[in-house]
Amino acid sequence: MEQNTMNLTLKVWRQKNSGDPGGFATYPVKNISAEMSFLEMFDVLNEELIREGKDPIAFDHDCREGICGMCSMYINGRPHGPWEKNTVCQLHMRAYKDGDTIVVEPWRAKSFPVLKDLVVDRGAFDRIIQAGGYISVNTGSPVDANAVPVEKEKADAAFAAAACIGCGACVAACKNSSALLFVSAKVSHLALLPQGAPERRSRALNMVAQMDKEGFGACTNTGACEAVCPKGISIENIARLNREFIGAGMSGE
Amino acid sequence: MLEAKTPTGPLDQKWTYYKGHCRLVNPANKRKLEVIVVGTGLAGASAAASLAELGYTVKAFCFQDSPRRAHSIAAQGGINAAKNYQNDGDSVFRLFYDTIKGGDYRARESNVHRLAEISTSIIDQCVAQGVPFAREYGGLLNNRSFGGTQVKRTFYAAGQTGQQLLIGAYQALERQVNLGNVKMYSRHEMLDVVMIDGKARGIICRNLVNGELERHFGHAVLLCTGGYGNVFYLSTNAMGSNVTAAWKAHKKGAQFGNPCFTQIHPTCIPVSGDHQSKLTLMSESLRNDGRIWVPKQKGDKRKANDIPEEERDYYLERRYPAFGNLVPRDVASRAAKERCDAGYGVGTTGQAVYLDFKFNLINKYGRAEASKHGIDNPDNDTLVRLGKEVVKEEYGNLFDMYEKITGENPYEVPMRIYPAVHYTMGGLWVDYELMTTMKGLYALGEANFSDHGANRLGASALMQGLADGYFVIPYTIGNYLADEIAVKPIDTEHPAFVEAEKQVSDRINTLMNIKGSQTVESFHKRLGKIMWEKCGMARNEQGLKEAIEEIRALKKEFWSDVRVPGIVKEMNPELDKAGRVADFIELGELMCLDALDRKESCGGHFREESQTEEGEALRDDENFTYVSSWEFKGESQWQLNKEPLQFEVAKPSQRSYK
Ligand SMILES: Cc1cc2nc3c(=O)[nH]c(=O)nc-3n(C[C@H](O)[C@H](O)[C@H](O)COP(=O)(O)OP(=O)(O)OC[C@H]3O[C@@H](n4cnc5c(N)ncnc54)[C@H](O)[C@@H]3O)c2cc1C
Ligand code: SF4
Ligand code: FES
Repeated sequence: MEQNTMNLTLKVWRQKNSGDPGGFATYPVKNISAEMSFLEMFDVLNEELIREGKDPIAFDHDCREGICGMCSMYINGRPHGPWEKNTVCQLHMRAYKDGDTIVVEPWRAKSFPVLKDLVVDRGAFDRIIQAGGYISVNTGSPVDANAVPVEKEKADAAFAAAACIGCGACVAACKNSSALLFVSAKVSHLALLPQGAPERRSRALNMVAQMDKEGFGACTNTGACEAVCPKGISIENIARLNREFIGAGMSGE
Repeated sequence: MLEAKTPTGPLDQKWTYYKGHCRLVNPANKRKLEVIVVGTGLAGASAAASLAELGYTVKAFCFQDSPRRAHSIAAQGGINAAKNYQNDGDSVFRLFYDTIKGGDYRARESNVHRLAEISTSIIDQCVAQGVPFAREYGGLLNNRSFGGTQVKRTFYAAGQTGQQLLIGAYQALERQVNLGNVKMYSRHEMLDVVMIDGKARGIICRNLVNGELERHFGHAVLLCTGGYGNVFYLSTNAMGSNVTAAWKAHKKGAQFGNPCFTQIHPTCIPVSGDHQSKLTLMSESLRNDGRIWVPKQKGDKRKANDIPEEERDYYLERRYPAFGNLVPRDVASRAAKERCDAGYGVGTTGQAVYLDFKFNLINKYGRAEASKHGIDNPDNDTLVRLGKEVVKEEYGNLFDMYEKITGENPYEVPMRIYPAVHYTMGGLWVDYELMTTMKGLYALGEANFSDHGANRLGASALMQGLADGYFVIPYTIGNYLADEIAVKPIDTEHPAFVEAEKQVSDRINTLMNIKGSQTVESFHKRLGKIMWEKCGMARNEQGLKEAIEEIRALKKEFWSDVRVPGIVKEMNPELDKAGRVADFIELGELMCLDALDRKESCGGHFREESQTEEGEALRDDENFTYVSSWEFKGESQWQLNKEPLQFEVAKPSQRSYK
């Protein structure tokens, strides 16, 4: 049934734990079908490593549907690999051809320390949300859902920003390791909706303050983040954040 | 004795009565009470956030790196609520009735009615949190239809409803973390419940980063750990979804309800080869606009687009004219299997049917757009182009996903789909208050058995998870904790904690020391194959008996020949997986046992011995109007307890969607 199989060479970052300096290891992989996903190719390799008595490669993944944001591989110099608007779990092997060499690394950023092999700690993103990425409403108090109409255009724009999966590819792609695309997506999602309006100023200030505290770098508008974002989050969000931020700063909070 | 604790009074007043009469805990005491929430999907995140808002001290756990990644994130199509915004005849009663009927009369009326009542508040809550549901041009919320209903009551956010709802709950949770009311433990896996004096008082878990075991005390423990569809190896569940937390509780005394009730979803991308690690759902919402068909001629090898209209068999529309493509999932799945088994399947394997959007793309959306844009007599290409735009907005991400996986463009050629394991209606048995048979141990969301009977209707799992977490547990837990205010936090040096940790540690060491020759994955695959073939879409006595024998043999082999690499005190995903697969093997046996006991067909449980002449599921109300609740009695030994079901309002009838 499977016609197109290929043999490849993988160069994968191996690192026992956060204290270990780590380094590349080379693995040949054989008979890979074009229909496999990239992670299924890793499954095949790991099965082989286990059978040979070696340590399998640790990598993060869960949904394998491009929505949980857990998978995170830096492939031949690009987060999530060669396909546009895609996560690595949805990358399929028809993107490669027989004989290719593929280099796979973890996200590289000071604020995302490597835990093991290709697994990094993205706890900084949760802490940025904790700083203000929400609408302060307790369970049980709201009014009827249709009491406040929301302009369709705004609702759609909020949805587009809310599509961010928190994967961190934007940080990994940025030479400054800036998290501004992620932060601006959340700020935009909530600021665009009437429900989120009352806290928009403090939200932007607090989230940006936490972002700085986590050690993410400054944004220099290279656009590298947008280019690799699997959900097509636009850098227009960064412009919107800047407006929110200036507005918030000037209001003297 | 199973005591469901259903309040007295008429069905539609039970919940109101309960809320007015349950005991409360005053604010000062709430702070002294600690609640452990295991799992932070929709059920867990909403529960943890709401309990923290009330003032309880909460500790929450999940095995992913962040609560935002729980499997709930993958839900696509939508969430039901009896808002009747469409003025199409919906009501709380209708949602209740559809759910009971959809579940083939195997759910508890009181729970389902409460769910329908609460449904409307969920939407209000989510909108207030900033969940960007789809809207119409007037700014009001939009709805779509789902299977098993004749009204439009499903709220959605393109094909990413679960994501948006979970992000809402996650943000509410993180807000409470920021306020210091919740302590969040990510990359932690619960491996046992700690019982002291007959009450759940804590958990043992493993820190998945450094491999250390930890003990945590709580006045009550909530399991919100999701479903167990991965017992089949291939399913639409996330790779990490597992039964471990529920199973450990089961082995400590929590009974397991209706384990064999599994939902096989009709529209998933078919298996493409042995390498396959999971299956991908194509949301049920696609059946709003997609028509399902196979060629009328057996083994027709022509391309789909080359098969003329009159040579296509729209078998759902033919067999079920009243509901057509929107029959419930169990019915649609069996109908697809029937066609494929009879030799009409399509694709290289013959194990697929078509889901075709052309008709509605052109006729429904294309024409509507054309008239909106004032285009008279539009040609076919214009209609297709205009229709595409709308379809893209409704389901774009699903179409993209399909193309990435299969390499085919579903705007041009019909999707190929086949049923796959998707959801488990079974789970820990709970009473009206969501308490398991162990005092102080609760189960919420997909982890419990409660609301969906033998078949869940689409868009009802998100509703149930959020109902349990936002609106049920905040009341029912108070009724229990009101008696616990004098209990001081128990030191985790207590012998019960020490003993539980030792058991967990022994088991881990046993796994590590087998040092056999076969991988965990290979065992999981073999288990999945047994379950799919003998306890899947169709089941019979002989097959189930064989399956039980095969699973027992597999278990023996696992515990003598599995190979777990690495060491305990490190990040070791293979070790995590080994523990989960070991539990799945035990669960598999119980599922087969349950399926064997239930000689009737109902909902997703189809016993070949019990069908109508037309091949529809045939219930046996006289003998099986009960919930099977299994009590663990030792290795491979269970006692069956029955909770009889009474239907005072929705009188059971043969389910018909014709
Ligand atoms: C592809 C797909 C699409 C779906 N679409 C829809 C839809 O459109 N509408 C609908 O209503 N339903 C849908 N469903 C069903 C629905 O998504 C789920 O039933 C629901 O989200 C389950 O939520 P939950 O909170 O119970 O569990 P989950 O979201 O599965 O969360 C489980 C949580 O438990 C944690 N956990 C598990 N075990 C442990 C352990 N041992 N220790 C610590 N933590 C643990 C996990 O980390 C996670 O946080 C869909 C399901 C799938 C698979
Ligand atoms: S903005 Fe895009 S790249 Fe960055 S975390 Fe969100 S989804 Fe990932
Ligand atoms: S594994 Fe979930 S996005 Fe890739």
